Amino acid sequence: MHPADIGLRRGLLVLLGFVLLAGAPAGRAAEWQLGELMQLLAQTKSGQARFVERKYIAMLDQPVESSGELSFTAPDRMEMRTLKPKKQAMLLDGNRLTLEQDGRQKTVSLQSYPEVAAFVEGIRGTLAGDRQALEKVYKVHLIGTPTRWQLMLVPREPAMSRIISRIRIGGSQGEVSSVAYDHADGDRSEMQITPVARP
Amino acid sequence: MTRLRGHLPTLLWLAALLACAIVIARTTFVADLSAFMPRAPSERQQMLMDQFKDGIIARLIVVGIEGGDATERARLSQALSTALRQQDGFVGVQNGSASDLALDRAYVFDNRYLLSPAVDAQRFTEAGLRRAIGTTLDDLSGSAGMLLKQLLPRDPTGETRELLAQFEGSEPPPSTEGVWSTRDGARALLLLQTRADGSDIDAQARTLDAVRSAFAAIPQRQTDTRLLMTGNSVFSVSSRALIESEVHRLAAASLVLVVGLLLLVYRSPLLLGLSLLPMLSGTLAGITAVSLGFGQVHGITLGFGTTMIGEAVDYAIYLFVQRPGPDTARLFWRTLWLGLLTSVAGFLALLGSGFPGLAQLGLYSTVGLVAAVLVTRFVLPRLMPRHVPAPDLPRTGDLLLRLMRQAPRLRWLLLVLLLGALVVLAQQTDRLWNRSISALNPVSRVDQQLHDELRRDLGASDLRYLAVLAAPDQEQALQQAERAAGVLQALSRTGTIAGYSAPSQVLPSLASQRARQAALPEPAQLRRRLDAALAGTPLRPERLQGFLADVERSRTRALLARGDLDGTASALLFDSLLVPRERDVLVLMPLRAPIVDTTEQDIDIERVDAALKAGGSADITVIDLLAETNALFDSYLHEALVFSGLGCLAILALLLLMLRSVTRMLRVALPLVCAVVCVIGALLLSGTSLTILHLVGLLLVIAIGSNYALFFDSANTGASAQEQRRTSISLVTANLTIVGSFGMLALSSVPVLAILGTTVGLGTVLALVFSAVLARPQPGAERHAPVKLSA
Repeated sequence: MHPADIGLRRGLLVLLGFVLLAGAPAGRAAEWQLGELMQLLAQTKSGQARFVERKYIAMLDQPVESSGELSFTAPDRMEMRTLKPKKQAMLLDGNRLTLEQDGRQKTVSLQSYPEVAAFVEGIRGTLAGDRQALEKVYKVHLIGTPTRWQLMLVPREPAMSRIISRIRIGGSQGEVSSVAYDHADGDRSEMQITPVARP
Repeated sequence: MTRLRGHLPTLLWLAALLACAIVIARTTFVADLSAFMPRAPSERQQMLMDQFKDGIIARLIVVGIEGGDATERARLSQALSTALRQQDGFVGVQNGSASDLALDRAYVFDNRYLLSPAVDAQRFTEAGLRRAIGTTLDDLSGSAGMLLKQLLPRDPTGETRELLAQFEGSEPPPSTEGVWSTRDGARALLLLQTRADGSDIDAQARTLDAVRSAFAAIPQRQTDTRLLMTGNSVFSVSSRALIESEVHRLAAASLVLVVGLLLLVYRSPLLLGLSLLPMLSGTLAGITAVSLGFGQVHGITLGFGTTMIGEAVDYAIYLFVQRPGPDTARLFWRTLWLGLLTSVAGFLALLGSGFPGLAQLGLYSTVGLVAAVLVTRFVLPRLMPRHVPAPDLPRTGDLLLRLMRQAPRLRWLLLVLLLGALVVLAQQTDRLWNRSISALNPVSRVDQQLHDELRRDLGASDLRYLAVLAAPDQEQALQQAERAAGVLQALSRTGTIAGYSAPSQVLPSLASQRARQAALPEPAQLRRRLDAALAGTPLRPERLQGFLADVERSRTRALLARGDLDGTASALLFDSLLVPRERDVLVLMPLRAPIVDTTEQDIDIERVDAALKAGGSADITVIDLLAETNALFDSYLHEALVFSGLGCLAILALLLLMLRSVTRMLRVALPLVCAVVCVIGALLLSGTSLTILHLVGLLLVIAIGSNYALFFDSANTGASAQEQRRTSISLVTANLTIVGSFGMLALSSVPVLAILGTTVGLGTVLALVFSAVLARPQPGAERHAPVKLSA
């Protein structure tokens, strides 16, 4: 069962985008453009998903894996709740970033932590379909077809690009299915996202 | 011989003046904030006051740079901090630049194995290593993992994490363009620690000038950029300058006003000169008395004292204008003495005040007024030329007399005013008193706001909650602080407090450092344990060479001392929290309150206290400064209510004693009570809550106002029209001089002076008007409405 269909028929909330463009003709690969993708993405107002993330770190022989839940509410609220191996939550609401760990909460302003902003603005901007926000921070390239596209985000700020050389966000139609970070030092992390329907 | 006896009072007077002049020449005049720092009732509060006056808190200056753009402000911040670091007057200069922070970061990171409370005998066993490294690997999988991984090769056991956990709940100041800034980024911020003591105002003034000239000397500075400074020393310096200039200005203005008024009434330079004699003598006597009684004279006392000009000159006015003949002389002097006694009763009550400024004012005014009356009684009549006619001003006098005769018709208006004031009072009883001590602060509200803003942005805690302990030396102080810190850390985990600061966080006791060094294994042994601990993890021991080297360096290095902190922001923290005193060392540990939805919660200090006691810290005191300050205020308010109550009672008793009639006493007192109620109503209506100084002002209204009521009373006990006219002129003139000199105070930019000026100025006018309104109709006058009270 395609999640998009569930979303349309039952009006359920679906994470990280789904196709609302009901009448969108297939096979327009030739004219597939960033603006269209953004429009598609922007129509998702909220959703929920599960994620599995693997971090490939040169220091370590094996990748470290974590998993949990993601949720998004337009325009700028995103929550990432890690369940394994250690409970942790990160809530991004507007300009406020709240971290929760070991039962303690800490709220900081995103402006004070540009290196953190470099991580989270890309994924939030994509989920929101906010082209302006994305292009302010990254150089944005789109490749692929509507059913299998990939956004390449390259940080503009030198301070950011010293940490992250590129963010790759993959998806199909208005739905994001993977987020990968390529670090400047050669390490990388890859996150697989599976939307879940919420009753 | 009789000739000599006739001149005796004059000679005595001149001798007394000479003596006063000698004392005054040797008097110290001060103008710091101390007059408004109440003498603290408890030793504990006194200790805290001392810290604010002389401790590091008094030596911190917060500098803000505004105007220009963010880049320019950052450049100026850098240039200013570079310039000030080269100067001898500053112990510490911090502006949050990367190089500053790098120093602190390097200190914490390089010494993490000596600083971390997690380093104990278990930490570096095989099991301990496996546990610590396991936690670090789990953290790597979290959302901040990719940022943490840089620490892995050198800090696999996560000591940096443990150290950061200690600073939980404290936010570093925001940063704009690489330097500290206000939250909105509109100002760049620097924090300076001066070498000079906070109480050395001259040195502080020089230091502030050094900052200003360093800022002015920065090349190519954009012209719209400005320098702001705040801090206790800034307040001390500016208050002193303000008080000094105000005292001169007020004295000059009052004098000009009074002289002008007297010239208008007397039209005789000779009488004018004579009128000023009691006032000048009173001023000299007052200063002398304060100097002898307190050892020094506060500038603000002179500021208040300018009002004496207004009151002391009144006695001469009564004398010259009313010109008592042989038959009326007895009554006249009796009234004058009674007026003096009631005034003195009011001022004497101030002597009991816990505020040195008020106590000085009480002594100054009491002695000054007594001297003024003595001069009026015994010296002036001898100097008064017989041929100068009494100033009469028949037209003005008749007009005033007519007005006063009509005044009783306005009783309904008085009733309306009184009822209105009572309604206001009843509606606003909850905000009748201003419960903040800072209301008496000579620092202007704008400056206080700036201070609060800048300090909040710097993340300097409000210092509301403090755990305080004292120990014989630094080592023991640090050990006790560590013991308390263990308890506080546990409390912050349960959310009772959000966090705390302790000097031991940046410089542990030697005992702890030694214990931690002892817990670090030798290289070969550490290597063996690490190999075993890493089996089955994705981490290879070969990649942890940096870790092995760092542990060995910490194991063999000299123990950390205060000198290792030099140049870091941690040094400022340490110095402000660990204060060497004459006989012992004081440790201050600020507690941070938990914040829920941006609102700061109250800390249950009894719970904290109990936990600390249970944790073996018996000699530690937990203080809620806000509660202490409120309690302090309440005790001063209580004290003020008691002394002004006693003052009022004394005045009533005096009136009763002299007038020998309850009815007459009530008739004298009624207008005064009405005036006081209406002043309170007017103050509340204008949005002002009452402070101790308002209370003092009201007491003075009664003390001074009673003179008018007395003269009305005596004028009404049968006198000729001319005498009544003279009485009315003298009363109005006397009132105008009082209102003029207190009115000058009301215009002052020193809040305490302004408060007193407004209250007394308004109150005395009302007292005069109400005295006229409530006066018994003149004998022979056509109206015959009896006063309700006299029935």
